[in-house]
Amino acid sequence: MRLHEYQAKEVFAEAGIPVPDAELARTVEEAVAAAEEIGYPVAIKAQVHVGGRGKAGGIELVENETEAREAADRILGMDLKGFHVDRVLVEDAVNFVNEVYVGVTMDRGVGRPVAMVSSRGGVNIEEVAEEDPDAIAREHIDPAFGMHDFQARKAVYDAGLDRDVAGDVASILTTLYDLWEERDGADAEINPLMVTADDEVIAADAVFNIDGDALFRQPDLAELEDEAAEDDLEAKANEYGFDYVRLDGNVGIIGNGAGLVMTTLDLVDYYGGAPANFLDIGGGAKAERVANALDMVFSDENVDAVVFNIFGGITRGDEVANGINSALEQFDDIPKPVIVRLAGTKAEEGMEILNTDLVQVEATLEDAVQAAVAAAEEVDS
Amino acid sequence: MSVLVDEDTRVVVQGITGGEGKFHTEQMLEYGTDVVAGAVPGKGGQEVAGVPVYDTVSRAAREEDADASVLFVPPAFAADALFEALDAPLDLVVAITEGIPTQDMSRVYRRQQETDTYLVGPNCPGVITPGEAKLGILPGNIFSGGSVGLISRSGTLTYQVVDNLTERGLGQSTAIGIGGDPIIGTDFIDALELFNADSETDAVVMCGEIGGEDEEDAAAYIDQHVDTPVVGFIAGRTAPPGKRMGHAGAIVSGSGTGTAESKINALEAAGVPVGDTPEEVADNVSDLL
Repeated sequence: MRLHEYQAKEVFAEAGIPVPDAELARTVEEAVAAAEEIGYPVAIKAQVHVGGRGKAGGIELVENETEAREAADRILGMDLKGFHVDRVLVEDAVNFVNEVYVGVTMDRGVGRPVAMVSSRGGVNIEEVAEEDPDAIAREHIDPAFGMHDFQARKAVYDAGLDRDVAGDVASILTTLYDLWEERDGADAEINPLMVTADDEVIAADAVFNIDGDALFRQPDLAELEDEAAEDDLEAKANEYGFDYVRLDGNVGIIGNGAGLVMTTLDLVDYYGGAPANFLDIGGGAKAERVANALDMVFSDENVDAVVFNIFGGITRGDEVANGINSALEQFDDIPKPVIVRLAGTKAEEGMEILNTDLVQVEATLEDAVQAAVAAAEEVDS
Repeated sequence: MSVLVDEDTRVVVQGITGGEGKFHTEQMLEYGTDVVAGAVPGKGGQEVAGVPVYDTVSRAAREEDADASVLFVPPAFAADALFEALDAPLDLVVAITEGIPTQDMSRVYRRQQETDTYLVGPNCPGVITPGEAKLGILPGNIFSGGSVGLISRSGTLTYQVVDNLTERGLGQSTAIGIGGDPIIGTDFIDALELFNADSETDAVVMCGEIGGEDEEDAAAYIDQHVDTPVVGFIAGRTAPPGKRMGHAGAIVSGSGTGTAESKINALEAAGVPVGDTPEEVADNVSDLL
C-alpha cells in the first residue's frame, strides 16, 4: 500500500524528521491561498502514485500569485501517466546546496532489512544503483536487534557525506528505520534529503510504502488507502477479493493460483495473442465467485474472448462447472466467447456438466489458450 | 528414498481446530500421513479427526514423538507459531499460511538460521512424497511415485506440471512447494541440495516465477554443485513491472530486476533447459530419463 507524499511527510514529521512547510490543496483557490500563507517561492506538486513526477510536468516552482494560479490550474485535473491529479501539495521551496538520499527496504535475497545512504540524491536512485553501485552505502540490519546507532553512522560516513551534516543525516536514518519497523514499512525513502547553506537537512520528498499484509495491525495507515487513484476495474477486483492486474491485450484470463494464471498469460502471448488481465479467482471457486470473475472480465471493453483455466486441487471441477453454467445462464446473449479448461479433482465430471451451448470446452491448457487466441482474433477482425 | 518427508514422518498440525486445519488434517490422514497430534493454545485435551490436541507444540512433540509440523495458523499469529515450532524443536516445519507480514518473516527466517530445522513456505501448498506422506494441501490423487523431484513457488502450477509428467508415465520422488512469498525458508538451492543427494531422484523440475533473484542464484549453484539433471520453467514472462501478480513475491521491480527473461537466461546458461509451456517441461524431463 502506497502513501502519497503528503501522507508520508505527515508520518515522518510526527516522528521528528524535518519537512518543509506545506499545505494540501484540492482547488486552485486553496492552492493560491496556501502559497500566499507559506510565502513564495513555493513548489506545487501533484499527489499521485507516479515516479518521475517532475519530468512528467507534475511539479512546478512558482514565484508569485499569477504563476501559482496558472500552475495549480494546469496540474489539478491533469492526467499524469494515466493517473488523474485531484490534489496538490503546496510546499515551501527549500534553498539547497546539496541533495542526499536515505532509504530503508527489505532485501528479500538475504531476508533482512537494508538501510541505504547516497551522496547522489535528487535523481532516480535505481539508476544510480545501476550505473555506480558503489555510490550507495548499504547496511544490512539484524531484525532481532534493529538498527544500531553505529550502523547509521557507518552508512553515512561510507557514503562520503560531509562531516558537518553527517550527525543529522544519521539521526534521520535512525528515525526512518524505526518508523519503517514500527509501521510495517515495505519501502521508506527520502530523496532528496536537502542540505541548506547553513547545514540544515530537510526532507523535500518522501516515499512510504506499507506492507499490505500488515495493514491489520496498522489501522490508521489502512484508512489512508487511496481507492480513488486506482483503475476502476482494479477497485472492483478489491471489492470482489480477487488478485487482479490489468494489461492491454484482448484475451481475458481467469484461473486459480498465481503461478498457473501467470503461465496462462504467458501462453496467450506464446501462441500469438495478447493477455488482457491477470485474474486469480483463488481456491473454492463457488458459483458467486465465478459469476463475479466473469463480470470483471466481461466489463473490460478491451476483452474479445475469455479463457477460463482451473486446475482443481481442493477446488472441485464439478462445482466450478456448475458455477460457470449458472453464471452464464444469467445472460440472454453471452457478451464474449468463453473457452473453458478444467483439470484435476472431478475435472471429467465437470467437463460433462459444462453446457457447451454456452462455452467451448478444451481438454488441455495449450488447446484452450490457442482456442481463445483464435476466438479473440475472429472477434477483432 | 525421498527428501524431507516419508512414511516415518510424525506430524503435528498447528491450528488443527480451525476450518482449514481440520479439513486438511482429514485429507492428510486419508492419504496415509502419520498425523500424531494437533497444537492449539487453550484447546489441549480435545480431539480432532481422532487426533489428540495439545496446548503447546513442544508438549505435542514430546508426548507423541513428532518430528514435523504443518501450520494452518492465521497470518496475525503465524510468526509466533513458527517461533514455537522452531523452539520445539522439530526437523521440519511446513507453513501453509498466506499473508504473513514480511517483517515477521524476516525475524522468523533469522531465527530459523540458528536452528537445524527445515522451514518450508510460507504461502505454499506443502510437501508430498507420493504414496508415503503429504504435509499440506496438495491434492494427493494427482501425484504418483517415481524419480522426478519437484520444486515450485506456485501450487496450481505444480499440479499442472505433475499432470503433464504423469501423462508421460513420469512419477515423482518428492514435490516441495517452497512458497510464493518474498522471504521463504527452504529455497531453490536448499531443495536442489537435498535432491542432488537423493539416490532415488533422477531429475529435478524447478518452477520459478518473476520476483527476486532466487532462480539466478539457483542457476549458479546448479552450474557448480548439481549432478542430477535439472529442467526449468519460469512463469510471468508477460508480467508488467511494478505489479504484484497474485503472490506477494511475484513482482518485477521498477528498475527491472526479477524478470522472467533474466531467470531464463541464467538457467539456460547453466545448462538447464527452460520449457515454453508446461508440456514442453514434461517433454524435457522425458528426454533426460
